[in-house]
Amino acid sequence: MREFALERPATLAAAVAAFAAGGEAALLAGGHTLLPAMKSRLRMPDTLVDLGNVPGLAAITRDGNRIWIGAMATHATVAADPAILGAIPGLARLALLIGDPQVRNRGTLGGAVANNDPSADYPAAMLALDAIVETDRATYPVADFLQGMFATALADGEIITRVSFAVPTHAAYAKFRHPASRYAVVGVFVAKFDSGVRVGVTGAGPGATRWPAAEAALSARFDATAVDGLVLGGDLNTDIHASAEYRAHLAGVMLGRAVAEATG
Amino acid sequence: MHTTLTINGTRAAHDVSPATLLVDLLRDGLGLTGTHVGCDTSQCGACNVLVDGRAVKACTVLAATLDGAAVTTIEGLAHGEALHPMQAAFKEHHGLQCGFCTPGMVIAGLEIVRRHGTAVDEATIAHDLEGNLCRCTGYRNIVTAIAAGARAMETTHA
Repeated sequence: MREFALERPATLAAAVAAFAAGGEAALLAGGHTLLPAMKSRLRMPDTLVDLGNVPGLAAITRDGNRIWIGAMATHATVAADPAILGAIPGLARLALLIGDPQVRNRGTLGGAVANNDPSADYPAAMLALDAIVETDRATYPVADFLQGMFATALADGEIITRVSFAVPTHAAYAKFRHPASRYAVVGVFVAKFDSGVRVGVTGAGPGATRWPAAEAALSARFDATAVDGLVLGGDLNTDIHASAEYRAHLAGVMLGRAVAEATG
Repeated sequence: MHTTLTINGTRAAHDVSPATLLVDLLRDGLGLTGTHVGCDTSQCGACNVLVDGRAVKACTVLAATLDGAAVTTIEGLAHGEALHPMQAAFKEHHGLQCGFCTPGMVIAGLEIVRRHGTAVDEATIAHDLEGNLCRCTGYRNIVTAIAAGARAMETTHA
């Protein structure tokens, strides 16, 4: 790793200021994407602004029909938090499927959301659970926030403070994990609300998307047989792990499993 | 940067550069070479240590961001000549072959007990070793050892 300056601000305002003052700067949350990128010199920041000392960024609260999760909450925390397990067990389950136990003890919701890896898990849940992303300077509905592969609405140095997820009546996440990386080859999050069903898909295309055909079918009848044989359309990824055709089919299989789990 | 850490019970200030990984401070700075570097990409778990009681991969944590934390490495588990029950179980059940992954496996075992308790079943143990690689493929005995170590921690309150 190339040397850099490390700032450990104690307030959000100080973190914003440290970022602005630091030449090419980067924000450090759990570091489980950033530090490997720095080791391989894909990222070479002059200044690293560690958010670990900023108080209050890991709080989890329920506000009406929404769960708000602080950006610095680790995946392990999300997986085990009683409020999340009670309100949206499918979201806790999603967190439990990220990485491995040691990775989950460090990796954070905010870091994952800011990175918006096209194979990451949270974006599927964000889309299905009508997420709202709150930062130090703005609030974004998920449709505005997620902007495709590794792209978000975040400005340089903008810090996610917390993310909220709407509490559904039923929800589940099904993921076909790459056996080595643990990322989703395809992951499907299904959420049923009184107003209808929302489906988020990750890993299949260049960025997480909703799945309108699945949503329509499941809003009419929330049962796995309603989407039996459904294949994901659109411009999907082909890489060394899976072809676009394979992912299109796999999305249908994951959809069926998610619905079965949500209704089971 | 001055970073105060309690490592295996000893609190001290360490002068580390910002880019120093925890595993490098432990091995190169302090000679605690029981913590191994296998992959250096947070895949293999050979570098697992406990930070404030939770297992983390020391190859993917900056030492200077842990100011004030307590770190336990494999060297900090035994009491003198008396092995920690988890270590003793690895010895008893032949939970190691070449031994390279063993420190990380023992720490992973403690993490499993922390989350699932001392009565944890073998299927859970096998699943939760997903972040640890044994290239001798000696997983069968590792799972047996962690189960036995967990039971032993129940009786010894270690």
